Amino acid sequence: MPKVVAKPEVCMGCHLCEVWCVVAHSNSKDIVKAFKYEKTPHPRIIVDENLPEVFAIQCRHCEEPDCVFACISGALYKDESGRVVHDESKCVGCLSCVMACPHGGIVIDLDNRKIVKCDLCEEIGFPVCVKMCPNEALIYEEG
Amino acid sequence: MLEMKFDIVIIGNSAGAVGCIETIRSRDKDLSIAVISDEKYHTYSRALIPYYLAGKIDLEKMYYRPLDFYERMNITPLLGKKAVSIDFKNKKVKLDSAEEVGYDKLLIATGGKPFIPPMEGFDRNLDNVFSFVSLDDALEIEKILPISEKVVILGAGVIGLMAAEVLVEKGLEVHVVELADRVLAPVVDEGTSQLIEKAFEEHGVSIYTGLTIKKLNREENHVKSVVLTDGREINCDFMIVAVGVMPRVDLVKDTPVKVNRGILVNKKMETSVKDVYAAGDCAEIYDFITDDRRLLPLWPNAYYGGRIAAINMLGEEAEFEWGTSMNAMHFFDLYIINAGLNVTDEIAEKEGYEILSRFEPEKKVYRRIALKDELIKGLIFVGKVDRAGIYLNLMRRKIPVTEFRERLLDYDFGYTKLPESIRWNLLKNEVILGII
Repeated sequence: MPKVVAKPEVCMGCHLCEVWCVVAHSNSKDIVKAFKYEKTPHPRIIVDENLPEVFAIQCRHCEEPDCVFACISGALYKDESGRVVHDESKCVGCLSCVMACPHGGIVIDLDNRKIVKCDLCEEIGFPVCVKMCPNEALIYEEG
Repeated sequence: MLEMKFDIVIIGNSAGAVGCIETIRSRDKDLSIAVISDEKYHTYSRALIPYYLAGKIDLEKMYYRPLDFYERMNITPLLGKKAVSIDFKNKKVKLDSAEEVGYDKLLIATGGKPFIPPMEGFDRNLDNVFSFVSLDDALEIEKILPISEKVVILGAGVIGLMAAEVLVEKGLEVHVVELADRVLAPVVDEGTSQLIEKAFEEHGVSIYTGLTIKKLNREENHVKSVVLTDGREINCDFMIVAVGVMPRVDLVKDTPVKVNRGILVNKKMETSVKDVYAAGDCAEIYDFITDDRRLLPLWPNAYYGGRIAAINMLGEEAEFEWGTSMNAMHFFDLYIINAGLNVTDEIAEKEGYEILSRFEPEKKVYRRIALKDELIKGLIFVGKVDRAGIYLNLMRRKIPVTEFRERLLDYDFGYTKLPESIRWNLLKNEVILGII
C-alpha cells in the first residue's frame, strides 16, 4: 500500500512539511492566501517533536486500518489502490477514528467538526511533503 | 417452500455483518454469501441517528456503505425477512417467509434490543414512546417532532444524552431521568460526569439523577406525563427510553448455542456450536484488559469481531485481541474519548490503581489515566482528545509506562516521548533508520 515514510535521523523539525501540506490542501494553493485568508490551516502531517527527537508522521494507510473499522458513518474506507480514503461529505466528526488510530495520524478540524487526514495529495498527484522536505527526510513508497 | 444454500450466511446487517463481508471479499471472491435482516433497509448506521435527527446529514448519508455495496460484494441480501429459528443439525436458518437458508458457516450478528424497565402504565401500544436505536425509531420521532414541545428521556447514557442534545437544539424542553447518581456512570468517572452535566445544564436540559420513572399517565395510547419515584410529575409530548441495549439472543434461546448475557464466543468468535460464529452487540466477547468475556456493545468491536469471524471461517487463524470498552462521544462542544476500564476514585483506592490526572476546569480539559502493574488500564480524555489512539495502542500492546510515565499527561504526547527502543519497535514498518 502507498504511504509516506520518514527518515527520523535526518529530520531537523523545520515543519515545512506541515506548511506545504496546508498549501496543498488549500483552495488557492498559494502559501500566503492559504495561511492568511483561508479557513484555519490544519496540516495532515504531524511533526512529532521532543527535541532532539523529531520526525514527521501522517496516516499510514494501514493494511488493517483501525480507523476504518471504527468509523460509524462509512466516511473512511480503503480503496482499491490500498489508500485509506476519507469522504468528507460522509464524516460526522464523531472522532471514533481519533480513538482508534494507533499512529495519531488523524487530525481534528474543530471549526468544521470533522477530521482531515493524509490523502497522499491525490489532487496534485504526488505527496507535497515529500517533494518539499529540504532534507529528504520523507520518501514516498508507492507500495 | 423455497430453499437456498450459501457458503456463508450472516444474520444481521450492521457493523458485524459488514466487517465479515468486507474481510471475506478481501481474501475470497467466490464464496457465496447471504445476509438476512428483519429490517428492510440497506445497511445503515444506528450510530448516526442523532446526526440525522439534528439535520446534520440526510437520509441517504445514514447508509453505512454505498447503495451498490451488496452488488459490488456479490452477496445476496435477504432483507425484510426475519430469521425465526436455526436447525443446527441440518445447518439451515428458517425465515418467517417459510423459506429456508442453508449454510456452511453461520455468523450471528443480531445486535441488541432496547431494554425497557417496568413502569406502571407502560405497554407496547403506546404511540409516543420510542427507543433511539433503529431507523424506524428515527423516522417516527422525526414525524412527531414538529408537533412536540416537551420530551422526557429515560436514561443518561451515551444514547440518552445524544438524544437530549439533539432535541434541546431542536428547541424542545428536555427532561432526562437517570437512576444512577450521575450521568454516564458506567463509562466515565465523577469528574467527567460533572463536566457533562454542566454542559447540559448550560444548554437548558434538566437532568434528574437518582430517580426513575414510576408511572406513566396516559390518555388512551398516549403518554401525557410521567411520575418519578420521588412523586414529581413531568408533562411530555413524547418519551424516549434509552436505558441501554441487551443482546438480541431470542433466536438461540434453548438451543445448543451457549448464552450467558450474550452469546458466548471464544477468541476466534466461535460459539459453542461448530461452524457458528457470533459478533457484535449480541455476543459476549473478550476484553483484552481483563482477559475475560463481557458485553462490549460498541461499533469498533462489532466490526472487528465480524472481521475476526471471517478470517477464521476462511480457515486462517485470527483472535479477537484488540477489543475493550471504547467510546468517542461529544455533547455540544465537549469531546470525550474513553478506553479500557472506568476506574473511578473509589475503584482506584479499593483495587490499587494509580491515577494520573490533569484537570483544567476553566478550559473544560481533563485527562485521566489509570495504571496498574505499570500498564495503562483505562483512560478518559475530555476537551483535548487528539491522538488518543496512541494510548490505546500502548494498552493493546501492553507496553509498560515505567520509562515515560511523567510524559503521559503531556497534551502533545506522541512517539517521540517514548524511549527509542519502544518507539522504533512500534513504528518499525513506518520509518527508515540506519542511514547515518
